[in-house]
Amino acid sequence: MPEAAVFQGLSWNPLTDMHQLFAYPFMVNALEAGTIVAVMAGVTGWFMVLRRQTFAGHTLSVIAFPGAAAASLAGLPLAVGYFGFCGFGALALAGIAGSRRSLSAESAAIGSLQALALALGFLFVSLYHGILNGLDSLLFGTFLGITTEQVVVLLAVAGAAVVLVAIAARPLFFASVHPDVARAGGVPVAAMGFGFLLVLGLAVAETSQITGALLVFALLVTPAATAHQLTARPVLGIVLSVALALAVTWLGLALAYFSIYPVGFYVTSLSFGSYVVVRVGRALGRRRQLTARLALEAA
Amino acid sequence: MFAHEFVRNALIAGSFVGLACGLVGYFVVLRAQVFAGDALSHVAFTGGLAAAVLGLNILAGVFAATILGGLLMGVLGDKARADDVTIGSLFAWTLGLGVLFLTIFTTQDSAGNGTAGVRVLFGSIFGLSRTDVRNSVVLAVLAGVLLLAIARPLLFASLDNAVAAARGVPVRALGLGFLALLGLVAAQATQAVGALLLLGLLAAPAGAAHRVTARPYRGLLLSAVFSVGSIWIGLTLSYVFPTLPPSSMIIAAAVGIYVLAFAKTGSGGQAARLRLMSDNVA
Repeated sequence: MPEAAVFQGLSWNPLTDMHQLFAYPFMVNALEAGTIVAVMAGVTGWFMVLRRQTFAGHTLSVIAFPGAAAASLAGLPLAVGYFGFCGFGALALAGIAGSRRSLSAESAAIGSLQALALALGFLFVSLYHGILNGLDSLLFGTFLGITTEQVVVLLAVAGAAVVLVAIAARPLFFASVHPDVARAGGVPVAAMGFGFLLVLGLAVAETSQITGALLVFALLVTPAATAHQLTARPVLGIVLSVALALAVTWLGLALAYFSIYPVGFYVTSLSFGSYVVVRVGRALGRRRQLTARLALEAA
Repeated sequence: MFAHEFVRNALIAGSFVGLACGLVGYFVVLRAQVFAGDALSHVAFTGGLAAAVLGLNILAGVFAATILGGLLMGVLGDKARADDVTIGSLFAWTLGLGVLFLTIFTTQDSAGNGTAGVRVLFGSIFGLSRTDVRNSVVLAVLAGVLLLAIARPLLFASLDNAVAAARGVPVRALGLGFLALLGLVAAQATQAVGALLLLGLLAAPAGAAHRVTARPYRGLLLSAVFSVGSIWIGLTLSYVFPTLPPSSMIIAAAVGIYVLAFAKTGSGGQAARLRLMSDNVA
């Protein structure tokens, strides 16, 4: 074994530490996989937050569980279960969202769908009696055990999702912000909604298998939410969202490498921390503006 | 069926958990906050694990975490209503913290008495003790009484936040108080019967009640009846067919009621029903 590949702990010399990060193939794979997932999640997450479909996104990431359980029970390949259930879930969620949205009815329907999905998964597992392979990794991911082959699969799936969203970006943005005007302008709003959920569901299902649902969900929501706080401009927002997702993933992986605590903890804490900082900063800024205006009016 | 103590315990505790979930769920659905309930059930896991790691009382950890989590959602959310993005961000962080505590817990204590305590978190309705039943009943009654005490102003604030605020209803305090109450119910249900039942019983019976009637108090009552009914149907099914897990059957019953309510009232018209409801209140 070459000398460089011996774990030495944090030396506080940035160059040696950087060198150490890339010394092991598993770490290189993890960094590559993290980068791919972060870009995919940054882009699709921005639209998910714009469309206020975080609950739907979480439900889609849960649906992979009954899918895997059903496939094991029926003796089919796991991927059939994942994709079948995610496709069906996207269809149901798109039907729930419907053309005219009532937030309260939608909330109840998505909650019921998610509970039903979990109940089915639980039922299939208890009927199956066997041990369901990879349930733990489905939840939390085996981030540091990613093979080169998996990186290629990730790249293909995430790349396809990003390309699809990019092609549909303009009409999708229009349909998300002004559904009625978009419909009048000839945009197929309902089909767009279904298509977006389908892409989101399939991308989440495939990436969750490799990096864990926790990390995918965290990267979908929080960086996008922070970006939406910072700017209302679409292109800038998407770029910011991707940049934040990349930053927390790389930092999280590096921190996890030099400590004994899990990647998921660092990535979620860093992204939630930045979200809270931005929220608090904006609230303080608004208050300062308000007092300034009041002072001006009083004067 | 009633000869077995575990079935009696499940029926009594389940009925009270169902009652609390049905009553609170009515407002959860009205305020479009089912996602908050979902997130709080995971906050309960993290809280319990954190207490186990720190060597504190696990139940206390569960309750403290969910109530604080509910308040945090309200504070971060717009107008104390906990929007989906805030809930999602907090949710993701909670899962991350949960993984951290799980890692510490499994490395720090592999054979200690803490493992027995963590089992509390994965509540199972057919495995409840007398003490569990008593706790469930007390907490469900407490939650029900608190909810009914604020029901009227909360209804007003949920239907028309701006008008309620103009009339002097403390909408922000009500929103925060309601989320804390939801945290209490989430903690109680999660540790007694599991997170799955909590989510299903918050969403489906209340969703059905909202479809069937626009009158608030009748809806509140119906939601509680549907919820308790689902528990009874599910437990009976699971007792008759022992291979079917009870929580799956309870959810199947609740979602079945919800689908029936849809079939009976047809699609659409929810917005009109909500308008009718505001007229009834004002």
